[in-house]
Amino acid sequence: MDFLIERLPLYLEGAWVTVQLTAGGLALAFVLAMFFGVLGTRPGWLPRAVATTYVEVFRGIAALVLMFWMAYALPILTGYQLDGRFAAILAVGLNVGAYGAEVVRGAINAVPRAQTEATIALDMTWFQRMRLVILPQAWAQMLPTFGNLSIELMKATAVSFLIGVADISAIAERMRQATGETVLAFSGALILYFLIAQVLIFGVRLLERRANRRLGRVPPGGKGILGLLRPPALTASGGAK
Amino acid sequence: MPPSDTSALINFDQVVKRFGDLTVLDHLDFSVAPGERVTLIGPSGSGKTTILRLLMTLEKVTEGRIEVDGEPFSHMSRGGRMVPANEAYLRPRRKRIGMVFQQFNLFPNMTVRKNLTEAPVHVLGLPKAEANERAEELLELVGLSDKIDAHPTQLSGGQQQRVAIARALAMRPEILLLDEVTSALDPELVAGVLDVLRTVAETTDITMLCVTHEMGFARDVSHRVLMFDKGRIAEEGTPDEIFGDPREERTKEFLRSVLDNGH
Repeated sequence: MDFLIERLPLYLEGAWVTVQLTAGGLALAFVLAMFFGVLGTRPGWLPRAVATTYVEVFRGIAALVLMFWMAYALPILTGYQLDGRFAAILAVGLNVGAYGAEVVRGAINAVPRAQTEATIALDMTWFQRMRLVILPQAWAQMLPTFGNLSIELMKATAVSFLIGVADISAIAERMRQATGETVLAFSGALILYFLIAQVLIFGVRLLERRANRRLGRVPPGGKGILGLLRPPALTASGGAK
Repeated sequence: MPPSDTSALINFDQVVKRFGDLTVLDHLDFSVAPGERVTLIGPSGSGKTTILRLLMTLEKVTEGRIEVDGEPFSHMSRGGRMVPANEAYLRPRRKRIGMVFQQFNLFPNMTVRKNLTEAPVHVLGLPKAEANERAEELLELVGLSDKIDAHPTQLSGGQQQRVAIARALAMRPEILLLDEVTSALDPELVAGVLDVLRTVAETTDITMLCVTHEMGFARDVSHRVLMFDKGRIAEEGTPDEIFGDPREERTKEFLRSVLDNGH
């Protein structure tokens, strides 16, 4: 234990890098998921083709290979060297954004057609319909999967040490090499990843609870702060009967 | 083009609607005068609801034309030819029409107040204060003033439908389409909704097209009743004529079946 406590500052530096990569990746993935997810629900073949192309391309590419490509191939092609952290954020953001776009598209399509008809009867434009009615309802449906994806994204940042980013994994590896304490070095990394994941889960549950309350539903998992620690119960989706 | 009835607010001109091989409306001609309240009755599948959905632009006509206020509605003129109306053409025209649905279709992500004010604010450009005032007046009309900050899920079906009526009226439509608005309600909640609609009929000059199985209500509020069968008008007349002395065998049979079912 002393081993880890002594090296805590180093670990925390690594954790801070991982948090930065995760936050940047999540921000990028979220914007891409929303944009291409909504685009995929537009009428007409062109927007849908664009959305499908993005999803299929970046879902099919391993984040690690994309990271390598941006760190090593891109400089050869363009002569421009990306910062390692930036390359890592781009790689995980583009990759998870593709999965997220499918989640967004699915959640939008799951909002009952009757809601769209009600907006037509009120003469709303497509944009008004999306902003005021469809997305707020789809949001509650997206969140549980977004929670899983955000943890996937955080874990995917762990390979960025292979392109020289000093995240948690890099610190653990350095520590192992310097001290030979393999078990302790990697155990420290495990604990940090786990803790960051818990914070992410907690944050998403907070958002979920707020989204459900806005739809007039009882928060899944029950009321009170303890409700956030329990996994949400599978409740039949409420809404207008 | 055959000459259209210029005094009509709504005019259907040889309208055909098909879903695949199924012909739902078969060369339908009819018109509705401004302020007129028309009830559409007939067996299910006879095309009554489709008429409302065509007017609300939730469906497109297969053949024929719909005009509103003497202007093309289902179609528009482009380069001297009539083509199906596009969104830009429909938007200013669709504002005049409101609809209440069988399943209410309130927005569950909004309180009752927001349900009533979002469209007036964003679509009509009303100032928030004015939209709020209008919402409060309308909730008073439908007897739900105390529910203004409730969520739709906290309301009974009858209350939801009264809110839905208020939401449609908040847009100040000239034409109100009512699509079996009491069919999804428990029997004890039907009267409250019909009372609200009676009040609307008595106190406004909104043109109403109403699909319903509530024959007592149809008799009370409508100027004219259209009996549909197989996508065509089988018989039409005043409520007294249709309910008191139907001529067509199909109408008699339909009215008998509705009464037998305890409606």
